[in-house]
Amino acid sequence: MYLGELSGLKLGPAPRDAFGDAFKELGKTNPLLVTVDGDVGNSTRTEPFALAYPDRGFNVGIAESNMVSIAGGLAACGKIPIVASFACFLMDNAFDQIRMSVAFPQMNVKMVGSHTGISIGEDGPSQMGIEDVALACSLPGVVVIVPSDAATTRAATAAMIEHVGPTYLRVGRGKLAEIHAPGVKFQIGKAIQVRDGSDVTIVANGLMVAAAVDAATLLAKDGVKARVLDMHTIKPIDAEALAAAAKETGAIVVAEEHLHHGGLGSVVAQVTAAAHPVPMEFVNVGDTYAESGDPDGLLKKYDLTAEHVVRAARRAIQRKAS
Amino acid sequence: MPKALNLEELKSKANDIRKLIVRCTTAAGSGHPSSSLSATDVVTALYFGGFMKYNPQQPRDPDRDRFILSKGHACPVLYSAMAEAGYFSVDDIMTLRKLGSPWEGHPNMRRLPGIEASTGSLGQGLSIGIGHALAGRLDKKSYHVYVMLGDGETGEGQVWEAFAAAEKYRLNNLTAIVDRNGYQQTGATKDVLDMGDLAGKIASFGWNVQTINGNKMDEVVHALEKARAVKDQPTAIVANTKKGFGILPVLETTGDLNYHGKPLSKELAEKALALLSQTN
Repeated sequence: MYLGELSGLKLGPAPRDAFGDAFKELGKTNPLLVTVDGDVGNSTRTEPFALAYPDRGFNVGIAESNMVSIAGGLAACGKIPIVASFACFLMDNAFDQIRMSVAFPQMNVKMVGSHTGISIGEDGPSQMGIEDVALACSLPGVVVIVPSDAATTRAATAAMIEHVGPTYLRVGRGKLAEIHAPGVKFQIGKAIQVRDGSDVTIVANGLMVAAAVDAATLLAKDGVKARVLDMHTIKPIDAEALAAAAKETGAIVVAEEHLHHGGLGSVVAQVTAAAHPVPMEFVNVGDTYAESGDPDGLLKKYDLTAEHVVRAARRAIQRKAS
Repeated sequence: MPKALNLEELKSKANDIRKLIVRCTTAAGSGHPSSSLSATDVVTALYFGGFMKYNPQQPRDPDRDRFILSKGHACPVLYSAMAEAGYFSVDDIMTLRKLGSPWEGHPNMRRLPGIEASTGSLGQGLSIGIGHALAGRLDKKSYHVYVMLGDGETGEGQVWEAFAAAEKYRLNNLTAIVDRNGYQQTGATKDVLDMGDLAGKIASFGWNVQTINGNKMDEVVHALEKARAVKDQPTAIVANTKKGFGILPVLETTGDLNYHGKPLSKELAEKALALLSQTN
């Protein structure tokens, strides 16, 4: 059973595929787009673009540091480079190059990390990007986007290219439920309300939005009305939507496929603490590395299911009463 | 493009730039004068020997040649050369490293037009230069990209990723210059991490390589001329230099020929400036 199935959502394409399609399509009309690859283009899905426009695709081999700094140089000359790798090899391996060749000089480089979270499964922890959002969010001036399905990934790809400045887009490997309709209105920094509710707000991104929708479905059976916010942009965060959620529902659960520290949960907690403190609970990978295994089994073992979100919601609501 | 100076004029210009390096770092009370002095002859030749086309009034001209100082700590030589070239004034660079001054301790391209890359974390400049060179090729521009690295900097693995990639794309619009002054922060490069036959290593990556005395202006000019003539591969110039060249007798009195990352005292600076004036 996939996340979202319980709520009647259809299974759609994987975010990385949606990204690859959108990127290739945008390459038709935007001659400034180029891509620099660390020899994983067939995994990150930059390959269709590179095959369609061979003079604008540069595979520099297994050399992420070089890859990122080259992108910085291309951007300095007015190009819009998409630089993609597994999230852990891009963000973690090339972090100083991202800092010095992209973020500090505010180069218009579009970073895309695939194979995020623990749901990549069998390849195991060395391939799992679970620190990437914390690293990306730490960089001044970098926009950080974690879309929840194919429709928002397509929209986010276009939006990040339109945005002038460095961005990080996180695209998962596996197929995800279709949360949003094709052509959904997508704006960087503006959360999308997926369900309305007054008892608790579940703030989620990535595949945990589908888990949040399922949790809302389960809670509704007991008469608990949960609001679900797809917080696709972590930086800049939609502080307005969070303040409203805190005031109107009085409790917040944050769900993400990322480490406990430095991800969406940390950012939401900072904003909520300053705007309108309410009881908060967190559903995430925790403070640990995972292991090899089947994706569903891993999500269960590491507390990333609708049931975990439901329990967190009940805890938050209970704390609200006391 | 500024008028090319002849050999004697270039030597004199290098001397002027060396004086500015000593003055601005002593005024700042910190910085890397010795790392800047080793590189001065190459930087002088690039900006004043007719090799780089640039217009200080249009620092973002898309057709300009690029100079990227990957060994960013040597920025006093870059600031001094750019002041001499007319990008800004000599008085400006005397604010080096002071709060509010865009003449920061390491180059910051966001604050100073004409600076091509924000460097200071070693190892990244050659890769950034590849990005400029690839963009130039895509846009069918004829500009040339020069990148200066330190020899200690070649300890960074990224440098070798870049040497390999530049050869893959046969970037004949890219020239790397290694300022091989033989020292790095804690000692001689041969003691810290000996790269041995650096020229041979770079050549083995498919580059055209020249080895010269980088503190002899005629050799520098000749090497840059030869580099321009190479048509089907990137060129590297291993410039053997001396850290602190131009004021070595003054450094000798301190017993520290590396003299890394520290300015001359006012007293030593006066001696250094007097020595440089004799050379003029």
